[in-house]
Amino acid sequence: MTAVLGGRTAGQTSLALDGDDTRARLVVVGNGMAGARFVEEVLERDGGEHLRITVFGDEPHGNYNRIMLSPVLAGEADEADIVLNSHDWYADRDVDLRAGVRVERVDTVAKVVHAADGSATPYDHLVLATGSHSFIPPMTGVRTADGSLLPGVVGFRTIDETRQMLAAARTHRRAVVLGGGLLGLEAARALQAQGMVVELVHAAEWLMNAQLDAEAGAVVRRSVEELGIAVHLGALATEVVGTDRVAGIVLKDGRRLDCDLLVVAAGVRPHTDVAVRSGIEVERAVLVDDRMATDVPDVYAIGECAQHRGTVYGLVAPAWEHATVLADLLTGADPEAAYTGSRTATKLKVAGVDVAVMGVSTPERDSDEFLVISEPRRGVHLSVVVRDDRLIGATLVGDTRKVAFLTQAFDRGTPLPAERIKLLVDLSDGDAEVGVAELPGDSQVCNCNGVSKDRICGAVADGCTSLPSVMDATRAGKGCGSCKGLVRQIVEWAADGELTVEESASWYVPGIPMPKPELVTAIREHDLRSVSSVFATLARGGVEDAKSKMGLASLLKTIWGSDYVPEPDATFVNDRVHANIQRDGTFSVVPQMKGGVTTPAQLRRIADVAEKYEVPMVKVTGGQRIDLLGIRKEDLPKVWADLGMPSGYAYGKSMRTVKTCVGSDFCRFGLDDSTQLGIDIETRFQGVESPAKIKMAVVGCPRNCAEAYVKDVGVVATGKGRWEVYVGGAAGASVRKGDLLATVSTTEEVLTLIGRFIQLYRENGNWLERTYDFVPRWGLDRIKAVLLEDSEGICDALDEGIQRSIDAYTDPWARDLAEPASPGQFRTSLPLTVLPQVPVR
Amino acid sequence: MTATAQAYVVGRAEEVPLGEGRAFTAGGTPVAVFRLRDGSLRAVAAVCPHAGGPLADGQSDATVVVCPLHLNAYRWEDGSSPTGAPPVAVYPVREEDGALVVET
Ligand code: SRM
Ligand SMILES: Cc1cc2nc3c(=O)[nH]c(=O)nc-3n(C[C@H](O)[C@H](O)[C@H](O)COP(=O)(O)OP(=O)(O)OC[C@H]3O[C@@H](n4cnc5c(N)ncnc54)[C@H](O)[C@@H]3O)c2cc1C
Ligand code: SF4
Ligand code: FES
Repeated sequence: MTAVLGGRTAGQTSLALDGDDTRARLVVVGNGMAGARFVEEVLERDGGEHLRITVFGDEPHGNYNRIMLSPVLAGEADEADIVLNSHDWYADRDVDLRAGVRVERVDTVAKVVHAADGSATPYDHLVLATGSHSFIPPMTGVRTADGSLLPGVVGFRTIDETRQMLAAARTHRRAVVLGGGLLGLEAARALQAQGMVVELVHAAEWLMNAQLDAEAGAVVRRSVEELGIAVHLGALATEVVGTDRVAGIVLKDGRRLDCDLLVVAAGVRPHTDVAVRSGIEVERAVLVDDRMATDVPDVYAIGECAQHRGTVYGLVAPAWEHATVLADLLTGADPEAAYTGSRTATKLKVAGVDVAVMGVSTPERDSDEFLVISEPRRGVHLSVVVRDDRLIGATLVGDTRKVAFLTQAFDRGTPLPAERIKLLVDLSDGDAEVGVAELPGDSQVCNCNGVSKDRICGAVADGCTSLPSVMDATRAGKGCGSCKGLVRQIVEWAADGELTVEESASWYVPGIPMPKPELVTAIREHDLRSVSSVFATLARGGVEDAKSKMGLASLLKTIWGSDYVPEPDATFVNDRVHANIQRDGTFSVVPQMKGGVTTPAQLRRIADVAEKYEVPMVKVTGGQRIDLLGIRKEDLPKVWADLGMPSGYAYGKSMRTVKTCVGSDFCRFGLDDSTQLGIDIETRFQGVESPAKIKMAVVGCPRNCAEAYVKDVGVVATGKGRWEVYVGGAAGASVRKGDLLATVSTTEEVLTLIGRFIQLYRENGNWLERTYDFVPRWGLDRIKAVLLEDSEGICDALDEGIQRSIDAYTDPWARDLAEPASPGQFRTSLPLTVLPQVPVR
Repeated sequence: MTATAQAYVVGRAEEVPLGEGRAFTAGGTPVAVFRLRDGSLRAVAAVCPHAGGPLADGQSDATVVVCPLHLNAYRWEDGSSPTGAPPVAVYPVREEDGALVVET
């Protein structure tokens, strides 16, 4: 008993409460996907009333979504986006989280958990949820003398390993990934996206051999190679070379592959050391029965560290099913609950390819039907295995449109169409997806969380009227997120047009509870000219909000033009120093080059500046001008002074560039002077603030060499002095052809129409809403009516509004050269780092 | 930790304008000092724990500073991050006869 009491002082459990707290003690070892979900499920069943919960987590973090590590590594998601439960979450729910504390062994007789921090924590119920760790195959030299991995060698399991890889991607060039399964492919693709040269080494004869047959594996290989990743199959790594850091690996056939990062993704092994040391029965993993109970009384195991009926699962859906069943049992919510196994159907995106697999991948008996559609060129390979009129396996690579129906048939044995090919393609019309309305109610929509269409509809019927509220209530879409689109469709269908959005979704910025039109009226009414006065007057409790400042500053500039009162703290750093901040804290400088036209004198000056300030990279941009990248903050004013050119606003939420083609002056097809019109447009609208950036182009004929059809505003010459004006086009993150707003006969009309359109967008666009979203939201017909027929009688006001902003234009570089906006405006912010750190070419 | 804290004069008070942040070194530690809208001073490590961003270039309000690179936020109170990034070190800072004093 003394050992227990003494040990507990090191922990954070409140000793004082002990005497009065009669609740049973529930201790969870492992704060991963299974452990944390189990705690959530317990709390949802009001388990907190009679259970006092302690969670040990080896990782110092709260709980995060492990399956989203690949997007984080690829730079597609932020670490912040993948947090599921923060430390606060545990504290708020009176759960004692011992983050960063490793459990070493359990005294199952005294019922005490011993942890690495010396603490001893008694339990009434103990749940092991220790998951798995990366398997490091035996290779000469992979470990240093003290047993740790050679620097530069990492597994792919945790956020810390992901961070290590991201750090390596910044400072190193070549990566080798060991293992061509799911994780290996994800790591390879992500590191490639981070700019590394990546080679993939896989021991088996084809990729993803655990899930796919040889042909499907070949299709994946093709797609991976198309990304520029070299693939070595049937290759066994035997040795890791390098003394202070990994320098390469040697394969069994003697070949050497050089690398400065080695990612080992050659499978996982369940974390069973705690169980083994504590005398709990372990085979490949901790043995459990249908109640998730081990052979030791009151000790349970869930997730990847558990072996149930001979199976160890490696996916999150079974782990979450374990958590639910055990929560039902331990809270008494359903004393009969039992887990009988999972049929795993997985839908994944591997190296950019959609993959769905369920059941077996190849026929096993002579009488099995096997249907294959293979189009390797398109990266598509589909197959199904049917036994006795039931679907027993399906593999979809590159095209997963039929996955909903197949999962349904696989899970529930629904009857199959006599024409088997209909299992894989819709013969009626190739593109038709199974309509939401026709989808059977019990079909599984979210595989990770096992949520059916009926549950989603039920949540809507119970009063959830927005997508986020349905997702919160059912957890649909909260695993890997690949089903979110379908969830949204179902919610919309079930709500039958009654869908609401969260209150704050309509606000212009999070810190002021008002939609844009209301906000604009209030700003005018109270004559608010600075961001701080907006907070003081309109924010709840007058509280300022850092993340709202940039949007408000932009809006005030739009409303007040030169009467706006600027405040440095309201402005994002890019707008404070009129350049674009880079990953290492240096900046890029893009001088204006109207219409993409320059002169030898300008080029000479740019060249001189580049040499004088040792600019690491000079690059021709996609916007038809020249970018000087990697400039130190303190050099910015000197660079502008030497350039003697105005800012190109490449950093602002504002009008950026007008691209042009050579047009009638030079091109044999040119129908009009697109170059001059482009220069005139850029001159008129330079630097105009807007909710998001605006990019334009003018082309001399419909061959469209400067991509005018895919710009926020695109102008196309059609001959005889006529010009087509397109709006709402884009070829960035989303690609949309612009809508034809009007065809006009003079360049003056072009300029007027563009001015009206931009002003309408400036006054009504949401913060960061590009025109490619704004135009469809308003509808082309309405925009046409307003701008061409003056249906709302606002054209004069629009003309005046845009003119005010045009008159307020001053070149920010010239302005701040003359007089810095505030003391130390260009002082370096990273005093001890040697800059620049961007690569020098 | 406080037992071994050292006070350093890092610069002049007027070097940090209202609402902005500036970077200094306090005995070898890079620190970002901010003057909030209410005139009070705050100091955190100058290097963002997320990916090394320059926090002195960030935007602030009464509760947090927001890093300019990936917009992670950090609380003045304890350096913890409501956006889920690892915490940043927070340092006591004060004005003494027009000098900025930071304890690290
Ligand atoms: C320099 C340039 C790439 C190049 O080397 O060519 C570039 C660089 C950046 N682009 Fe771009 N874009 C550049 C042309 C484009 C183009 C092509 C064009 O303008 O014709 C597009 C597609 C057109 C479009 O915008 O519709 C483009 C679509 C984007 C997007 C996607 C926007 C979207 O909503 O679809 C982003 C991300 C964003 O804005 O949130 C982006 C964001 C960025 C940022 C600003 C990322 C950032 O926030 O820091 C990059 C700055 C790099 C740096 O550190 O300086 N850039 N970017 C090009 C500068 C053009 C210029 O002279 O101003
Ligand atoms: C990059 C990546 C991508 C993935 N993608 C998918 C996907 O798309 N779909 C899918 O279904 N699955 C995917 N998975 C698998 C999925 O993440 C796992 O199945 C799931 O995390 C298992 O949950 P778990 O709780 O059993 O283990 P984990 O999430 O690993 O949690 C175990 C926790 O226990 C801790 N721990 C271990 N030992 C101790 C100890 N002695 N003391 C204290 N704490 C301890 C560990 O530190 C860890 O935090 C992916 C995995 C990775 C790594
Ligand atoms: S320049 Fe544009 S496309 Fe290239 S990495 Fe930056 S944002 Fe992405
Ligand atoms: S570096 Fe600060 S948020 Fe990424």
